[in-house]
Amino acid sequence: MKKTILSQLELDEKLFSGHSACPGCAAVLTVRHIARTLGEDTVLVITASCWSVIAGAGPLRALDISVVHCPFPSGAAVASGLKKGLQRLGSPETRVVLLAGDGGTFDIGLQGLSGAAERNEDIIFICYDNEAYMNTGMQRSSATPYASYSTTTPAPLVNKNPKKDIVHIMAAHHVPYIATATIAYPSDLVAKIKKAMEIRGFRFFHIFSPCPPGWGSESHKSIELSRMAVETRLFPLMEVIGGREVVLNYLPEKYTPVEDYLRLQGRFSSLEPGHVMMIQENLERNWDYLQRASKRYRYEDEYWS
Amino acid sequence: MQMLLSGNQAAAWAVKLARVQVVSAYPITPQTSLIETLAQMWAEGTFAGDFVVVESEYSAMSYLIGAASAGARSFTASASHGLAYMHELLHWAAGARLPLVMVNVNRAIGAPWCLEPDQGDSLSQRDTGWIQFYCSSVQEILDTVLVAFYVAETTRIPCMVIYDGFALSHIYEILDLPDQERVDEFLPPPPGEPALPAPEPVNLQPLVTSQVMTTLARSRHRAMKTVPRLLGELETSFQKVFARSFTFLESFGLAQAETVLIAAGAPAQTVQSALPDLNRKRGKVGLIRLKLFRPFPGAELYQLLENTAVEQIIVLDRNLSAGAGGIFAQEIRSALQQHGFQGKVLEFNLAGGLDLTPAMLERGLAYFEQVSPGEQKEPLWGGDLL
Ligand SMILES: Cc1ncc(C[n+]2csc(CCOP(=O)(O)OP(=O)(O)O)c2C)c(N)n1
Ligand code: SF4
Repeated sequence: MKKTILSQLELDEKLFSGHSACPGCAAVLTVRHIARTLGEDTVLVITASCWSVIAGAGPLRALDISVVHCPFPSGAAVASGLKKGLQRLGSPETRVVLLAGDGGTFDIGLQGLSGAAERNEDIIFICYDNEAYMNTGMQRSSATPYASYSTTTPAPLVNKNPKKDIVHIMAAHHVPYIATATIAYPSDLVAKIKKAMEIRGFRFFHIFSPCPPGWGSESHKSIELSRMAVETRLFPLMEVIGGREVVLNYLPEKYTPVEDYLRLQGRFSSLEPGHVMMIQENLERNWDYLQRASKRYRYEDEYWS
Repeated sequence: MQMLLSGNQAAAWAVKLARVQVVSAYPITPQTSLIETLAQMWAEGTFAGDFVVVESEYSAMSYLIGAASAGARSFTASASHGLAYMHELLHWAAGARLPLVMVNVNRAIGAPWCLEPDQGDSLSQRDTGWIQFYCSSVQEILDTVLVAFYVAETTRIPCMVIYDGFALSHIYEILDLPDQERVDEFLPPPPGEPALPAPEPVNLQPLVTSQVMTTLARSRHRAMKTVPRLLGELETSFQKVFARSFTFLESFGLAQAETVLIAAGAPAQTVQSALPDLNRKRGKVGLIRLKLFRPFPGAELYQLLENTAVEQIIVLDRNLSAGAGGIFAQEIRSALQQHGFQGKVLEFNLAGGLDLTPAMLERGLAYFEQVSPGEQKEPLWGGDLL
């Protein structure tokens, strides 16, 4: 009998219960899948973020793999140096994986991220994107979507800037591997992590991570929101290989209107109809572009078991 | 072997001889020729470590934090704006007890732009928890980088080796370049085993409470306090291996002196060479060269002055804490007062990286002869003596 993803999860569990994430936190579920896939011969570097807290206040720890915390902007360089140190000391197989929020990736960490990508450092950079600074209480980042509330873009003005396209920024660095993923599709996430583990050089993950307290959504809706983001085509599941080959992993059979997704979240409560239309149009333009850019669409059956 | 090297080249040679495993750096005047020398050695294969050029000083220090967390012997160098840009990471490295060594080549911090050797760049990192050495000769730069690795790895406190931009970084002096065997005898080769991943998973530098933080702060303070003793012990082993001395506090002519100049870095070398002349022209003048600044060797400084006839101390500061005065002067005054020193501590300030000439020194001493006790309201500004 084929093992289901959940039964496998329990077998290799690397996340202890009793951690301090909020109920319905997608970031914690993301790392749960990733950590058990990576296994023991891994060092996880964590920049200032919700995960600095979730990983456990010393001397406690929430993960059964080694964790090294580091300052907010420093993640990519700390992880690169750690990898270099391990290589020098005869441990080239040990994987170094960086975990950063969207702030530590799109904003304050971008310079170091670009440097590490350009040098093709042999690390896996994982950005869990909850679309704002959540550790400090929901301030905007450059990953915050258009028309979203945040404590630094309060109503009625809300956020006026479009979300930064981090995947294309990273693609322009022509790194060996880039993937997007989200927790409603755990087999896809795990398969992509496994694939990344077989590749040398810089690997980048953009992981869409609903956050109930920040988004003003119900905690049991995180997986649904994660799925809706894909079904609306707001967050396409995709890979970029070598910076040039775009692969769309999943073509929804029926497109969910973005309004259904937006209405489930308090952060969009001051949306006007004009906003919704703009968001819908934008995502369609983006989808068109991706379809034209992608050489092939791929449904790898084993993903969807 | 006798060699003619600049200060920056001497530092690069020391890094090679220390068998450093990871170097990560970013160029800035007047540090650049140091990392260029290392890059050349690396390209030729004579430097066996990794040399990684990153996109900023911030990432250079972050890179080393990673490399040292893995257990690798690691080095960087910077100056001025570059050092300031590393500030957050300097705290982090010290808090994480990583035995990093770096060189800082003193240069003024803008605005406006200035390349001169003001010491304010390194002194504004005083409280980051790094050991600080100020060197006064090219030989001393080489020696101090070697000692710094020994001290950093013994105490697990990162160590900053500091010297003046141009006045030392670009000045060539003949030095004794030790061979690899001698260096290995003094400084054991670096570890061969990675520190991570630990057999039992760890959660390093996590969120902690104030109770944990205060315990850590106290243990760092105590570790710092062991440094003068450790350096005292090292004097013997250093002498044995290299057949020359290594001291962290050096004095000249104290037995006769009534006035003592205290200086760090290249200005100390100027004073030292001017001393015979000054003694002839201006009476009983001595010199104390402050090499170790953090931890501050207050007790050792007082011991030098105890039982001497010294009444007046003149501190040469090539730095300024605006609104307070020279930073060395403040530290010296407070340490000596604490130990009961009765004389005056006066300030001679070269902020902005002013070059000190023997003529300025002489004029300065003439000025200080006129100052009656407790009368110095302002430092003597070197700029007024030009
Ligand atoms: C240099 C610096 N600036 C600000 C902070 C405060 N800070 C800590 S975490 C954080 C936000 C993190 O946001 P993100 O990376 O999106 O992760 P999340 O908290 O959402 O998980 C901020 C602003 C800091 N630690 N360091
Ligand atoms: S604030 Fe959001 S991202 Fe942070 S722990 Fe809570 S749910 Fe997770």
